[in-house]
Amino acid sequence: MDSRTMVERTSDRELVATRTFDGPARIVFEAWTKPELIMRWWAPKSFGISFLSCEIDAHTGGSYRFVFGHAASEQPMAFFGRYVEVTPPSRLVWTNEEEEDGALTTVTFQEKDGKTLVVVHDLYPSKEALDGAIASGSTGGWPEQFEQLDGLLATRGASV
Amino acid sequence: MVQYNTARLDASFAALSDATRRGVLEQLGRADASITDLADKFHMTLTGMKKHVGVLEQAGLVTTQKVGRVRTCRLGLRRLEEEAAWIETHRRLWDARFDALDAVIEALKQKEKADG
Repeated sequence: MDSRTMVERTSDRELVATRTFDGPARIVFEAWTKPELIMRWWAPKSFGISFLSCEIDAHTGGSYRFVFGHAASEQPMAFFGRYVEVTPPSRLVWTNEEEEDGALTTVTFQEKDGKTLVVVHDLYPSKEALDGAIASGSTGGWPEQFEQLDGLLATRGASV
Repeated sequence: MVQYNTARLDASFAALSDATRRGVLEQLGRADASITDLADKFHMTLTGMKKHVGVLEQAGLVTTQKVGRVRTCRLGLRRLEEEAAWIETHRRLWDARFDALDAVIEALKQKEKADG
């Protein structure tokens, strides 16, 4: 299946994910900044993750805190940080402070002919930080349970 | 499908374009070796071999580890595979999220139309 989501390590310190959505930037941006909307898509069911709570103050200088539960883990996991920039409907920048050496995430929304190209750009403080994230098997801070889910997802992917 | 960065692929090809460096990879395929071992085997100066190993390291084909005064080189292919696997997992996470986001956007569009 030809997927529309692209992920690329563009340099020693950068990771980029892109996808085009069928809707204006205004609506796509809204889905990224309202807790009740983000809770509907940020934690994919197929990854066994579910939201326990989601707090977002989507203003420049505001903070966020996501807490997830996972089928394979008894401990809930919190992800938190600060919005460095919130510019509707084109740009979001936030810090990831749940771990040392967390990335700075910049999301841009570019609208063209009613569709919106979303680019999620993670900038790590050093090559070692991104290498470390890769070596520890974490994905955006999520621990190694992902590996166990790989098989499950591959099966799902094959049946689509 | 994993998207490889062109610059990284270029670095790999550049690294492999040299006969000595291909020889070093072949050698490391048999056993890990120190830079001194490799310099001896390929009749080169230590500085010359360090340069070659540096190019291979840059391309992710070789990893080195210094223990005491000895720098040991080994094939880095496994690391590359691990990175490719991690990036694919990362891509699947975003893909799953974005599929769900598609649905949210569709619902918002419908609602907007209805509210007109």
